[in-house]
Amino acid sequence: MDHDNPIVHDIFGIPGADLNLSNLLMTFIVSLIVFVFCVWGSRKLQMKPKGMQNFMEWAVEFVRGIIKDNMDWKTGRVFLPLGLTLIFYILVSNLIGVATVGTVGHTLWWKSPTADAVMTLTLSAMIIVLTHYYGIKVQGTKAYFKTYVSPVPLMLPFKIVEEFTNTLTLGLRLFGNIYAGEILLGLLVGLATSSIFGFFGAAIPMLAWQGFSVFIGGIQSYVFVMLTMVYMSHKVSSDH
Amino acid sequence: MHSYIDLLTVGASVGGLRWPDMLVQLFFFIVLLALVKKFAWGPLMNKMEEREQYVANEIEEAEKSRADAEKASKDAAEQLNQVRAEAQKMIEDAKSAGIKQEEQIIESARKEAERIKEAAQADIQNEKERAIQALQDKVASLSVLIASKVIEKELSEQDQEKLINEYIKEVGEER
Repeated sequence: MDHDNPIVHDIFGIPGADLNLSNLLMTFIVSLIVFVFCVWGSRKLQMKPKGMQNFMEWAVEFVRGIIKDNMDWKTGRVFLPLGLTLIFYILVSNLIGVATVGTVGHTLWWKSPTADAVMTLTLSAMIIVLTHYYGIKVQGTKAYFKTYVSPVPLMLPFKIVEEFTNTLTLGLRLFGNIYAGEILLGLLVGLATSSIFGFFGAAIPMLAWQGFSVFIGGIQSYVFVMLTMVYMSHKVSSDH
Repeated sequence: MHSYIDLLTVGASVGGLRWPDMLVQLFFFIVLLALVKKFAWGPLMNKMEEREQYVANEIEEAEKSRADAEKASKDAAEQLNQVRAEAQKMIEDAKSAGIKQEEQIIESARKEAERIKEAAQADIQNEKERAIQALQDKVASLSVLIASKVIEKELSEQDQEKLINEYIKEVGEER
């Protein structure tokens, strides 16, 4: 189980610039899958939807429902592509490590990109930055800064801390769930490959855990998008 | 147990702030976002909006045509009622006209009959009077004639009787 990550240290000679090639590969593959799937799903659009178009429209309706739960549709509609892309990206990222974990030698190449805290925190940080951007854009600079000192100026430190905790919880929740799933899967695989008894002992728990991981992957992608929209609505809705 | 500890060290090594990873992830995600927005979500949302519009239009149209149909049916019912009332009126008119005509015809027939009857009665009366007059004239002249004959011939009673009978018969034949 001593898997290494294919890390390239100090790329372009910049000290501290370490790149995990596995992440590079997997984000590219996930992006490719999402892109191909979505474009394939939404080609040949018709008034009377059939097959894939139904599914894609269901997904659109689903994310639209998440957004509508948190803010009014007029301000929320610009977040629909973001929410849709996020939910597909995270879902595919989560599931890609459930089915298969690929290693070359002792190097872990194929895994969920979301099983890496750096990746999930990048996503969550991006979301938080976007909430601030849209907060300023929708509410105006003055109203945006006013939210930090309302209802009382005493709230200012808490509000600032909240942004960091939001970033951390949003990213680490996803990471923790997926990483835990992959660790347990790794353990089960280790058990299954250790002996013939281990194989039969591990087969059924592995099946159950893979099913559960698929479930977790779906739930976590939903939760991520849900929380994205919650944070977004905090920033863009004036009544909060 | 050994492998479990190994795993935990792997877990620890997963951390670490590798900012090139972040940049790569951000780059891929943003590119993906832009691409699928352009090629998937955009057309999809357009289509859905278009369909919403279409459905709304259809519903509006359907409502409009329903209202039209309702109005038309109301009109038709009204017209039907009107026509029915008119027909009823016509029938009643015709009936009353028929009755009136019937009465007229009967009345005129009765008058005609009355007239004819009166005329006939007048004729009969006339004729009767004329006949009586003629008879009276004849009887008078005959009696004068008979009297003169009786007186002329001094006839026996038998002959006289015979003569009278003869004359009377003659009178009767003449009549």
